[in-house]
Amino acid sequence: MDFGNILVNAFGELISPTTAAYALAALGLAVHFGYSGLLNFGQAGFMAVGAYGYAIATLTFDAPLPLAVLVAILASVLFAILLGIPTLRLRADYLAIVTIAAAEIIRYIVTTNGLTDITGSANGLAAFEGGFFGLNPFPVGTYDVGPLALNERDLWIRVVGWTVVILACLTVWLLMRSPWGRVLKGIREDENAVRSLGKNVYAYKMQALVIGGILGSLAGIIFTLPRGAVQPANYATELTFFLYTCLLLGGMATVLGPVIGAMIFWVVLSLTQGLLYGAIEIGAITFLSNAQAGQLRYILVGVALMLLMVFRPQGVLGNKKELAFA
Amino acid sequence: MISTSVTRVTVALPSVLRRVCPTAEVPILLTLTTPARIRRSLLLALGVVLLVLLGTPASHASAEPPAPGTHLGSLRVQGTTGDQEQEFDNSIGGVLRGAAGPLAGVTVTVTGNGFEGETTSGANGAWRIGVPEQGTYEVGIDEDTLPEGRVLAEGQENPREVSFANTSSATTLFLFGDGITTQQTPFLETLAERALAGFSFGLLLALSAVGLSLIFGTTGLTNFAHGEMVTFGAVVAFGLAATGLPIAVAIVLAVVAGGLLGYVQDAGLWKPLRRRGTGLVPMMIVSIGLALALRYIIQLFFGGATQQLPGSQSEIIDVGSVSISRNNLTSLAVSLVIILVVAFLLLRTRVGKATRAVADNPALAAASGIDVDRVIRIVWVVGGMLAALGGILWAYYRPGVSYNMGQQILLLIFAGVTLGGLGTVFGALIGSIIVGLFVEISTIWLEADLKYVGALLILILVLLFRPQGILGRSERIG
Repeated sequence: MDFGNILVNAFGELISPTTAAYALAALGLAVHFGYSGLLNFGQAGFMAVGAYGYAIATLTFDAPLPLAVLVAILASVLFAILLGIPTLRLRADYLAIVTIAAAEIIRYIVTTNGLTDITGSANGLAAFEGGFFGLNPFPVGTYDVGPLALNERDLWIRVVGWTVVILACLTVWLLMRSPWGRVLKGIREDENAVRSLGKNVYAYKMQALVIGGILGSLAGIIFTLPRGAVQPANYATELTFFLYTCLLLGGMATVLGPVIGAMIFWVVLSLTQGLLYGAIEIGAITFLSNAQAGQLRYILVGVALMLLMVFRPQGVLGNKKELAFA
Repeated sequence: MISTSVTRVTVALPSVLRRVCPTAEVPILLTLTTPARIRRSLLLALGVVLLVLLGTPASHASAEPPAPGTHLGSLRVQGTTGDQEQEFDNSIGGVLRGAAGPLAGVTVTVTGNGFEGETTSGANGAWRIGVPEQGTYEVGIDEDTLPEGRVLAEGQENPREVSFANTSSATTLFLFGDGITTQQTPFLETLAERALAGFSFGLLLALSAVGLSLIFGTTGLTNFAHGEMVTFGAVVAFGLAATGLPIAVAIVLAVVAGGLLGYVQDAGLWKPLRRRGTGLVPMMIVSIGLALALRYIIQLFFGGATQQLPGSQSEIIDVGSVSISRNNLTSLAVSLVIILVVAFLLLRTRVGKATRAVADNPALAAASGIDVDRVIRIVWVVGGMLAALGGILWAYYRPGVSYNMGQQILLLIFAGVTLGGLGTVFGALIGSIIVGLFVEISTIWLEADLKYVGALLILILVLLFRPQGILGRSERIG
């Protein structure tokens, strides 16, 4: 078992673009759930809308990069509004069911064979990342980041991904300390009290849903760019549940919580994978195959989600007074 | 929340509670808590069931359980490609059959997505080829290998494109012989056929939905782990059948195991959480964690492949001008009977009335002498049993057992429950039947891989226009 290698892999996950995408999507969930109390279980749908919006705009309509990103953002705004009109008046558990259903509808639609020309059905779309890597300012070569050796493409997507995460954190932080953010937190604590102060609760909730959704769709783009492919199977309900695990790990009503939660999530997954595979390799564990070791990690995710919710719902950074549920 | 419970009191008191407690004497319902020894023996029994299940290497080592006397072997692939089925989670298959009987020894090829596979049909005409991923493949039969005098029927495309519709197995049928052509069946007949299949599907959804609705009604929990309870039933039935038990015994034991899972869940997790006063939203998120953990525990032992229960292929029966498979018809009858039994228990027995009283208002029910914890425990056991039975029927309906089969219908169950009105048992029944009918009938116009979209759209539309559902009380839910 090569401990050095396992640690290097774990460090790689810390700054990987997937972690950045999870952090961004979980930040969107923090806006929805942590700050506004909206139980959105359809964040995977928002990510799919972003990823497909970008890929389809690029491939089908030959849109340049800024336009494709704009299309993805507008698509997620539209999705948020369509989703919000029927659901934002509903109780939390109804909202959860409807949002998860809406996300699945998106996934079924991009999977259907009838739209293969546009969405590529179950195989998804590929080869749309050229425009993004065409903007790469880093010359070809190998770059050392700590113990990692990255090529210019790896470095570029990481720099962009984490820049977007930092900007998004800054925006959310500024929004939440503004009067607007205080109204939002008021809605989370007591909707009727805010309504009696003359605020349009419905409009505030819709704005929160749109902002979190935009973060989700940007996360979808960052998630799919380094892979160079977007496939519907990646946007199943489990993605949303993993995002919730990240959010609850870090602290749901905090700005940095989702980012730290995503980092912990991926580092722990990478460490357990490295240790389990290593133990299987040297024969310390004989009753598991490599595939089963992979499943064992996700069992741990489920158990961790349960334990977190029961024993430390405020997460690593959170404040117990600021929970969306009392 | 407070305002809603106040309005509930006035509704609940006169009707249900008076019938539950006609006089002041309530000793029958006031039982002591279950003795620890019984609890221990129940846990032990579950442990035994799990051991039996997990101790069967057949459950993930071989594609078919050894079950002599059934026509299970029909799916066995002959020839060198037999192993492909175990290598991949997804497979394409079908049965080659002419007017005079099955066609054996016909070469079938599958190409696409950079994959190529070949097999020959077995003695009963069945063939199956494992493929690495879902997608569209070109399937062709080698007409030179057809038996003497057999030809493909007119208008039968060969080779043809076959696509997966969100399930791990795809089927295509080649028709043979002169004069056998694909006839355009009259619309009404197609509609009746789809409706019958939809009714069968709706009733099996209702089995799970009634349990979910009862649990929601008595505890307020939206249980996202219900899909895994559905999977659990089918997986246990498969594991027991693989040990050589007759399938009927395996099904009964699996349903009992489902009840035990419900009991263990309530005793080990939900009751302590209720004691802590955990809110409904945290409990919902805990149920998501439980769903993830259970799903991957099942996959850990069961593997990622789709397996078939004994007797998963049945003949088609003609009922009037409508044809339906024997399994579907049996499934319809079984779920109908079970649902009527549950309805009778709820309406006519003391426990049933107590359950409805707890669903109406737990505090008031407790005050009138009903042991709320006992009722909730019964609801969990019954819900677990119903979910397990629903899972077994769903395994015959799809057909196939896989680790994520419950997750696939969880949202349809939610749609049925919401459509009928969250927490109402008969609403869940009606809602599920509507969802089942809608899913099957919509395939007349919609592509098969979009059939669940319609059901999920109704879910959203219902919440837009009548959020309390068909049978729900119109209380404020926003």
